Amino acid sequence: MEHAKTAPADGAHLVDQAELDDLQERFDATIAAEQRIEPRDWMPEAYRRTLIRQIGQHAHSEIIGMQPEGNWITRAPSLKRKSILMAKVQDEAGHGLYLYSAAETLGIDRTTMTEQLIDGTAKYSSIFNYPTPTWADMGAIGWLVDGAAICNQVPLCRASYGPYGRAMVRICKEESFHQRQGFEILYELSHGTPAQHRMAQEAVDRWWWPALMMFGPPDADSPNTAQSMEWKIKRFTNDELRQRFIDMSVPQAEVLGLALPDPDLRWNEATGHYDSGEIDWTEFTEVLKGRGPCNALRVSNRRRAHEGGAWVREAAAAYAQKQAARAAAQAGGGAAANEERAAAQGSGQGSAHDRRMAEAS
Amino acid sequence: MADERGTRDATASGEDRRSPAEQGAGVAELPARSWPLWEVFVRSARGLSHVHAGSLHAADAQMALENARDLYTRRSEGVSLWVVPSAQITASDPDRRGAYFETAGDKVYRHPTFYARAEGVPHL
Repeated sequence: MEHAKTAPADGAHLVDQAELDDLQERFDATIAAEQRIEPRDWMPEAYRRTLIRQIGQHAHSEIIGMQPEGNWITRAPSLKRKSILMAKVQDEAGHGLYLYSAAETLGIDRTTMTEQLIDGTAKYSSIFNYPTPTWADMGAIGWLVDGAAICNQVPLCRASYGPYGRAMVRICKEESFHQRQGFEILYELSHGTPAQHRMAQEAVDRWWWPALMMFGPPDADSPNTAQSMEWKIKRFTNDELRQRFIDMSVPQAEVLGLALPDPDLRWNEATGHYDSGEIDWTEFTEVLKGRGPCNALRVSNRRRAHEGGAWVREAAAAYAQKQAARAAAQAGGGAAANEERAAAQGSGQGSAHDRRMAEAS
Repeated sequence: MADERGTRDATASGEDRRSPAEQGAGVAELPARSWPLWEVFVRSARGLSHVHAGSLHAADAQMALENARDLYTRRSEGVSLWVVPSAQITASDPDRRGAYFETAGDKVYRHPTFYARAEGVPHL
């Protein structure tokens, strides 16, 4: 059970160095055997910190990622497109929640993560700091941004940390709808009027390079990659995944009838891959440092939503307490403190079983 | 203890030792830092068991069920849901799993393959 507590161990004692070595050895052996680390297993603090940072950033990206697309829900060109876009944005919220849950199993709570996001100390994917000026951007986000995300995420399904891998399996299943709906938007625009075709091409021109930057800095400038691969959190380097994405995207662009905005893009018979032009990493660094086109807007929107929702959270908590108190009173006024606690925690049943569980916790 | 990690949020609500009546009266008081954590179990089809799907935060059981429906069954993944307060689950200690489960290991006679005489005999 992901968040369950362990029954008090009879032999609880301080961990000495020999025992620590033993725990480290067992951790290493579990990783080497391609088994998964589960929430309450011992793990090195650096492994825990790396996962909290990575899963947290990933969760924040999904949550912030609702904004560029949410921008078009009220202006989608048809009811069908509006329904699809709402379902997609709802999925992004769901992905954020799966990932926050996975991060919480590592000992950080949701409220802390949200605070880090809205006070600007937590990072999220830079891609969501770009604006979405036309409907074609919905297509380009689905095709390129979700496409790049899938490249990144499929290997993460095998991440060594169990809850992260399981969240990714669920997410990957849902992402393929996202990519295909984006592809379809672009396809129809590309094969529509000349103005629609131009709109589609301009969106691809805007999103291609930022999508390539989603894979992170080149391997030579990615100091954490080696350790993450050793821990089997990451399975491929940034450059390997980026190359895979480029190789997949070129033939797809041909089907769309759209050009990728890179004059150096050409097939290399010798390597069996597409060669491509240099990425402008100064742009990447600028956006990462908060100087992208929409950084301030995205965080301030999130802050406003969180603070504006405070009264709803408080009211729901107060209502739950009132209902629990009422249920406890009905169950027989002078009940034991344990029973009240069990009721307050939401079970409301007050059975003997609940009391036992409450004591165990 | 390392194996207590991941329960901080779950226990936040459990640590409120005031009686429900006191809590109910305190509408104006500061609420817990976040809603309690719930574990979600989904039965994907009739005839199958409920399987753990993940977790979520909710103020009470009813909200936990509704959130679970929206979060874990957006694509008809389930025909039935259970939600359980995470704080009310007691689990075995993962660091002692060897000793805890090893007694089953030496009872090989619990497996049909232990019995060689039946090999080659039909329907046995």
